[in-house]
Amino acid sequence: MTKKPFWTGRRRDHLAGYLFVAPQLLGSIVFVFVPLGLVFWYSLHEWNVLADTFDFVGAQNYQALADDPKLPGVLAATGLFSVGLVALNLSLALLLAVLLNQRLRGTIFFRTVFFSPVVVSLVAWTIVWGFLLQDNGGINGMLGAIGVDGPNWLRGETTAMVSVVVVQVVKNVGLNMVLFLAALQGVPANLYEAAKVDGAGRWRQFRTITVPLISPTILLTMIITVVGSLQIFAQIAVLTQGGPGTSTTVLVYYLYQQAFQFHHFGYGATLSVLLFAIVLVLTVVQWQLRKKWVFHES
Amino acid sequence: MSLRAKTAVYGLLCVLALPFLFPTWWMVTSSVKPLSEVFAFPPTLFPSSVSFQAYRDVFTLQPFAQQYFNSMYIALAVTVGTLAVSSLAGYAFARIRFPGANVLFLVILTGLLIPSEVTIVPLFQMFHSWGMIDTHWPLILVPILGAPSVLATFIMRQFFLALPGELEEAARMDGLGRFAIFSRIALPLARPALGAVAIFTFLHSWNLYLEPIVFLSTAEKFTLPQALTQFVDAYGGPMWNVQLSAASLTAIPVLVIFVIAQRQFIEGLAHTGLKG
Repeated sequence: MTKKPFWTGRRRDHLAGYLFVAPQLLGSIVFVFVPLGLVFWYSLHEWNVLADTFDFVGAQNYQALADDPKLPGVLAATGLFSVGLVALNLSLALLLAVLLNQRLRGTIFFRTVFFSPVVVSLVAWTIVWGFLLQDNGGINGMLGAIGVDGPNWLRGETTAMVSVVVVQVVKNVGLNMVLFLAALQGVPANLYEAAKVDGAGRWRQFRTITVPLISPTILLTMIITVVGSLQIFAQIAVLTQGGPGTSTTVLVYYLYQQAFQFHHFGYGATLSVLLFAIVLVLTVVQWQLRKKWVFHES
Repeated sequence: MSLRAKTAVYGLLCVLALPFLFPTWWMVTSSVKPLSEVFAFPPTLFPSSVSFQAYRDVFTLQPFAQQYFNSMYIALAVTVGTLAVSSLAGYAFARIRFPGANVLFLVILTGLLIPSEVTIVPLFQMFHSWGMIDTHWPLILVPILGAPSVLATFIMRQFFLALPGELEEAARMDGLGRFAIFSRIALPLARPALGAVAIFTFLHSWNLYLEPIVFLSTAEKFTLPQALTQFVDAYGGPMWNVQLSAASLTAIPVLVIFVIAQRQFIEGLAHTGLKG
């Protein structure tokens, strides 16, 4: 009886599997999970970079978080921005996708137009809009030319928030539009024919056929858009610096200010924990919604 | 469709297209306007005369060519690195059965919930202790190995899952090893998925702003997004025409490439993995 060699085909395959995933796995450990652990660890410390002290303070940073007079404003701005962005982005993306899904000439041209801001450098895009939204800038100039006195967009609390949302929606709505368009093209045309025979109007067809059939895509884009909306930073930093007041100070911008402008690393880490908790809760909630709301899963 | 409905759809599309087209037009035209005309009222849609002074200023006020190169090579390095890491991992999770594969996949996937904004403070500290502050390493290593590449791995896995297995079986019979099957058979077939991953990885790196301003501090090392905001006058106010020229130089080349290859861009992204 000969001894079976150790390196059987199966063992080789297992080794190949581990080696193939090793870079991603080790990378995730070093650049995702260890830093995540450190975020929690730092949040329990008072860290003074200038004096080079690092002292355990227990839950003190969390107490400071609960007592932070700015925090309600920051959370309100974060929530307003996310809700506004997700609502406007998804509804506009769906509208554009439905319009482009019609059998018309020139839809490729319009698809290119609506997608083009996606490939424009984010800060370049934001700078141009910042320029347009100046009190004496292009938008108010155009409004003035037709006799309308436009507001100073970036200096009013409401108009600043609206501006930031719109700038971001126009920048990225093309991505969701394209995903919706692909989903729409997968809806069988005979369903609409049948509905027409039953006398269903366009709006009714949209509600009872289109939306349920593309609901997996709606959910996926919603999750991506919600998480993306919580990561917003450059637009705020360039357009409003969180102002006026704290009306556009979203959580990531506040985190950046605390950690890298005021050097409160411990408190910055505490804000990171809060951000992580929000992302986690929102994603889990949406994932649960899937069971109730999504029509079918392919 | 009736003529009236058609007209309505076209009208709506044209109105909706304005905020998508106008900013780019305004950026380019304003960048060549004489300074006195930049904020003129009523606004001029076409510049009365063309001046390239602001474009010259872009290169004299900052090492803009160097910064352009920085952004390019970082984005390319990140793209190549991400393609390698994510196609290997995605292939293994889709095609190789090894103990613990499902658990490991779930562990890696949770990285999607931990964007680098959450971990920026410890990442800064880690790179600080490795002496890599004010170098490009954090901007290259974190996207390739950290959270941003997880989505890429997911897309690659979805693609390889859908690939028919017969080709691989044939190659196995011929005695090819796993890596040879991966590189000679699976990878060439995965071109559409690789293309989509390459596009959004490049754009992600190209757009990064928080990480560069946290990690970099000398102008020669800046990336484009960071450089764009540095064209300010002595009072910290933006030098609009110079900023707009720099923004045009940043945006236009990518836009041109996009318009030429828009079909591959859009359809590649739409039909690859990101579907529900």
